[in-house]
Amino acid sequence: MTDSKYFTTTKKGEIFELKAELNSDKKEKKKEAVKKVIASMTVGKDVSALFPDVVNCMQTDNLELKKLVYLYLMNYAKSQPDMAIMAVNTFVKDCEDPNPLIRALAVRTMGCIRVDKITEYLCEPLRKCLKDEDPYVRKTAAVCVAKLHDINAQLVEDQGFLDTLKDLISDSNPMVVANAVAALSEIAESHPNSNLLDLNPQSINKLLTALNECTEWGQIFILDCLANYTPRDDRESQSICERVTPRLSHANSAVVLSAVKVLMKFMEMLPKDLDYYGTLLKKLAPPLVTLLSAEPELQYVALRNINLIVQKRPEILKHEMKVFFVKYNDPIYVKLEKLDIMIRLASQANIAQVLAELKEYATEVDVDFVRKAVRAIGRCAIKVEQSAERCVSTLLDLIQTKVNYVVQEAIVVIKDIFRKYPNKYESVIATLCENLDSLDEPEARAAMIWIVGEYAERIDNADELLESFLEGFHDESTQVQLQLLTAIVKLFLKKPTETQELVQQVLSLATQDSDNPDLRDRGYIYWRLLSTDPVAAKEVVLAEKPLISEETDLIEPTLLEELICHIGTLASVYHKPPSAFVEGSRGVMHKRLPARTGSGEGTECPDVGNAAGGSAPEAAPSIIPSQGDLLGDLLNLDLPAVLLPLMGAGFGAAPAVMPASLNAPVGGGLGDLFDLGGGVGMPMGAYIPPKTVWLPAMKAKGLEISGTFARRAGVIQMELVLTNKAMSVMTDFAIQFNRNSFGLAPAGPLQVLTPLGPNQTIEVSLPLSTVGPVMKMDPLNNLQVAVKNNIDVFYFSCQYPISMLFVEDGKMERQVFLATWKDIPNDNESQFQIQDCHLNSEAASNKLQGSNIFTIAKRTVEGQDMLYMSIKLSNGIWVLAELKVQAGNPNYTISLKCRAPEVSQCVFQCYEAVLKN
Amino acid sequence: MIGGLFIYNHKGEVLISRVYRDDIGRNAVDAFRVNVIHARQQVRSPVTNIARTSFFHVKRSNIWLAAVTKQNVNAAMVFEFLYKMCDVMTAYFGKISEENIKNNFVLIYELLDEILDFGYPQNSETGALKTFITQTGIKSQSKEEQSQITSQVTGQIGWRREGIKYRRNELFLDVLESVNLLMSPQGQVLSAHVSGRVVMKSYLSGMPECKFGMNDKIVIDKQGKGGASEEAAAGKSDLGGSGGGGGKQSIAIDDCTFHQCVRLSKFDAERSISFIPPDGECELMRYRTTKDIILPFRVIPLVREVGRTKLEVKVVIKSNFKPSLLAQKIEVRIPTPLNTSGVQVICMKGKAKYKASENAIVWKIKRMAGMKESQISAEIELLPTNDKKKWARPPISMNFEVPFAPSGLKVRYLKVFEPKLNYSDHDVIKWVRYIGRSGIYETRC
Repeated sequence: MTDSKYFTTTKKGEIFELKAELNSDKKEKKKEAVKKVIASMTVGKDVSALFPDVVNCMQTDNLELKKLVYLYLMNYAKSQPDMAIMAVNTFVKDCEDPNPLIRALAVRTMGCIRVDKITEYLCEPLRKCLKDEDPYVRKTAAVCVAKLHDINAQLVEDQGFLDTLKDLISDSNPMVVANAVAALSEIAESHPNSNLLDLNPQSINKLLTALNECTEWGQIFILDCLANYTPRDDRESQSICERVTPRLSHANSAVVLSAVKVLMKFMEMLPKDLDYYGTLLKKLAPPLVTLLSAEPELQYVALRNINLIVQKRPEILKHEMKVFFVKYNDPIYVKLEKLDIMIRLASQANIAQVLAELKEYATEVDVDFVRKAVRAIGRCAIKVEQSAERCVSTLLDLIQTKVNYVVQEAIVVIKDIFRKYPNKYESVIATLCENLDSLDEPEARAAMIWIVGEYAERIDNADELLESFLEGFHDESTQVQLQLLTAIVKLFLKKPTETQELVQQVLSLATQDSDNPDLRDRGYIYWRLLSTDPVAAKEVVLAEKPLISEETDLIEPTLLEELICHIGTLASVYHKPPSAFVEGSRGVMHKRLPARTGSGEGTECPDVGNAAGGSAPEAAPSIIPSQGDLLGDLLNLDLPAVLLPLMGAGFGAAPAVMPASLNAPVGGGLGDLFDLGGGVGMPMGAYIPPKTVWLPAMKAKGLEISGTFARRAGVIQMELVLTNKAMSVMTDFAIQFNRNSFGLAPAGPLQVLTPLGPNQTIEVSLPLSTVGPVMKMDPLNNLQVAVKNNIDVFYFSCQYPISMLFVEDGKMERQVFLATWKDIPNDNESQFQIQDCHLNSEAASNKLQGSNIFTIAKRTVEGQDMLYMSIKLSNGIWVLAELKVQAGNPNYTISLKCRAPEVSQCVFQCYEAVLKN
Repeated sequence: MIGGLFIYNHKGEVLISRVYRDDIGRNAVDAFRVNVIHARQQVRSPVTNIARTSFFHVKRSNIWLAAVTKQNVNAAMVFEFLYKMCDVMTAYFGKISEENIKNNFVLIYELLDEILDFGYPQNSETGALKTFITQTGIKSQSKEEQSQITSQVTGQIGWRREGIKYRRNELFLDVLESVNLLMSPQGQVLSAHVSGRVVMKSYLSGMPECKFGMNDKIVIDKQGKGGASEEAAAGKSDLGGSGGGGGKQSIAIDDCTFHQCVRLSKFDAERSISFIPPDGECELMRYRTTKDIILPFRVIPLVREVGRTKLEVKVVIKSNFKPSLLAQKIEVRIPTPLNTSGVQVICMKGKAKYKASENAIVWKIKRMAGMKESQISAEIELLPTNDKKKWARPPISMNFEVPFAPSGLKVRYLKVFEPKLNYSDHDVIKWVRYIGRSGIYETRC
């Protein structure tokens, strides 16, 4: 009796050998050969070549051999549909066999062969088998209808099998009933509106009768089906509950859980003041606890479900805390689930015990478990106010262990405790700060930063602490960056005098150097708030925070209701609706708990949990995420929709602490956001130099880049043309600038969304900001660029016309102009000649204005037009100019005066370029 | 429903693969192997979702059984089925091992075909299956035999066939309890419960109707009020075992579950346990109690850290039951730190050994009578380490076996009626045995 030898045949040519053996005359040899084939099939070898030979063995009176051949057929029929037809005759014949076991075997196997031609032949035998005198055949045929429906639903309907199946619900044999129910339930799932099951009090009664008599599996099918029924009133609901409760004592956990599902659902309809309601609640606890002595895998399923039940009806298990205490030898998945439930059940009555347990767990070995235990201690503090102090001291003890992950987890929960009980436990901050260096996880860092920011006024060196985090700002995760931004703004609002630099630094890091839109947005909002109205900023940023919720990870009430309807199933294990993990139409139907209708209509108890009604105020605790977006509320504020003038007036209201240089980047940066361009006249387009090749294909493995710069509506743009001259596709483009004289930097990523195919060209325009890092270049307007793609990184340098940096508000007041002109020493004046220019002064002025060179005054002296102009660069440098235009003389003379004379040369080049184009 | 069922050896090689649903492809076999069996990190849940396919697994020694599905199946049912599958296989060929599975793969396929149809579990009672799934090929059954098989498989009493005959009608009842304890170092009971089983082995002719009675508080209280009933009369029968504890009359059972042969609706209504038992062995009932448990042993630990390189441990155990009874197979397991370099043990009774591979001192005592006390003391030398993490101090655990039921449960009667055959309750020879074992019996130190 050692079949294992079949697993070891691996020699070459075995298929031929097997073929010979299959065709042997000796029955024993044949059987041996089929066994070998099945063994090969199991380990994944392709033995489909033997199809005809195996099918030839089908005609046998040896049942074992027949079953093996059928097994083979089920596996390979689909790949050899034509040959599979050869088997049909045998099937049809077997369906007539006097032995019910063989009839059932034939119809069972035939249903598993998913070949259209075979299914046609299946109909007649199936019809007979559904009415067979033997219950064994009928119960097999019932399942076969579901199989056939899966292959060809239309055929099943056309042949009227569904009606026959419905009739089987009234069969005298309980197992036939159970299988019919299972098959109908599955078919009904794919026809949500068909009312196939047609459950009514009569059919329910039949099901409840069968429930007492059928196998454990049958009981599960029936209970799961019952759970889909909605009783007409509370009386019917009660009577069903009464007949289902005995199932709670079944040895099979699945029967118990399915019964719990039915009861949990139908209980919704019972009036709360009914005696039976209380009885039922009491009856539910013991079986749920008993599930915890099952095998660990079932315990896991049970615990996941208990987690739902505890959320829906906490009263059921409120006295059973002890059974959820973790045992040293529980598998980790059981431990973690138990912890979850312990936290949910924690109350003033049992908190001492719970805390003692949790402290014990926090010294265990498994990291995940320890973390969760530490977190649980924090949750207890928040849930049970009386215990908060003990929880905090327990957490401090744990921090003293210096076990890295324990410390980090403890800090995360202490943050929540601070939220819940403000100004109560600040004494521990010192201890927390000692551990600053050991924090390497984003969540813990963020929590620590939040604490420092929140209590900045009480921490002497808060600025130093925060500054230390700022050093590696770009390496931090978003969570930490956001928190750091907020914390520093808080610090600034609390201690404005010493922290201007810090706040400036973080705002510029957040708005200018970050690719993260959330961070930038938050940065800009703070920036605007601070620059507009610091008092308002204080009110917003230091606002009273909403209360933190007692419960965490609560499942959203409508989902919870749906999951209660799925107790025992995978959905209840995943805590997700079936549609989240089931493909196709199955299970997409959303289940809901019934509303309480009640024949007695108890108006005296209006607060009964009519959750399904949708308005369940009692059952809807407001859920606030426990960590993270503290500023979420900020975004909901109605920011004044006015575009305030960014300079001068608006800012004047701010206390003098605001450094003036904050202005410039605000202007530049916010210009992008709010599109200030519209306000300023722009009669002619700004000058845009023609595109030139910056990076020849030769130097860049086939990538050619040409481009130019433009200023459009106040936004500086780098307009690039990327051409792929290589043979392969280019993807993953990115761009970076070296530091440059005016702090030019990409304001966003390079938007090349589609891969660039060979010989393809794409035009991209990249908005630039002027808030990047600054370094003086030679020539001044030189820009070094790095472009990366999937192939390599390439470097090139180009020169931009400085006119791009001329901002729209560069028109100076006359008086100011005069004063400034006089003020700038003559050494800073430079003169240039512009030759061959044939414009009159009017036209020249207009043209220059298009490039944000503004004419402030004009004077005519001895036939010479003297134009006085002002320019403002994006970094706040003013350039003043005097242009002499003599009628009839194509040569202009220009004098430039500027506090930074280095720019003069570039500005002159711009004049030349603008005027000559 | 279940889409497929795979059995793997410890290396992840497939031994059995049976697919029931079209949505489960061959790649599912590999997905499980790669993501669970060969997973770099130990899988932390018995249910795994890989690419929208859910895998349920259980392990028996080094064999993996996995059920696969793409639907929202009844998860509890799938696990119950997997356990049942293990039971059936064990009943057919003994231990579940790679060897046995390979030797019986044809049989396993045959079983899988029978007990799972299109992923729906069907009758999986071994008693019924063994009548028509045999390893000896087909028996030439008569028409009557065939219909008897089918009616048993599908019938109301699927677990028993008709026409069983014994010359001697005999039944054995085992009350097997495992007592679980978690105690604080100070001797405070943190949690304690007994999970018990009543296992019945019956060799009875025909279709005997049985009625089982025990000292269930609810039943006794009811009788106290309602006067003597027939059950009280039957209570005279000599089945009452000798409990180890005091003269407790009745016990409060928190919850109990029954074998599917027990009529649950009757239990729910009258709290009487009536049934027609399967032939041979079955687990009639499981129960759980938490009140008034007799804790057979008490462990008193004393751990002292002497400097950084030495630990002194003293453990006292006290037996707490009638002096006339003997506990057996007593084992106390005292965990030691990982950096233990040497251990010296002195114990008054039994043998004690330090097992480095298990990081524990194992103290074994063959027998111990009730109301006695024994002690062990050990000096543990530690290697100095720079590991900052403190030793987690796992609890001290204990194993033992005692000849009474720690819950106090007593069998009052088990009556047998077989109206069609002419033997009466008095002719049946009945045996009752009580065994209490340690479950997880731990004392923190």
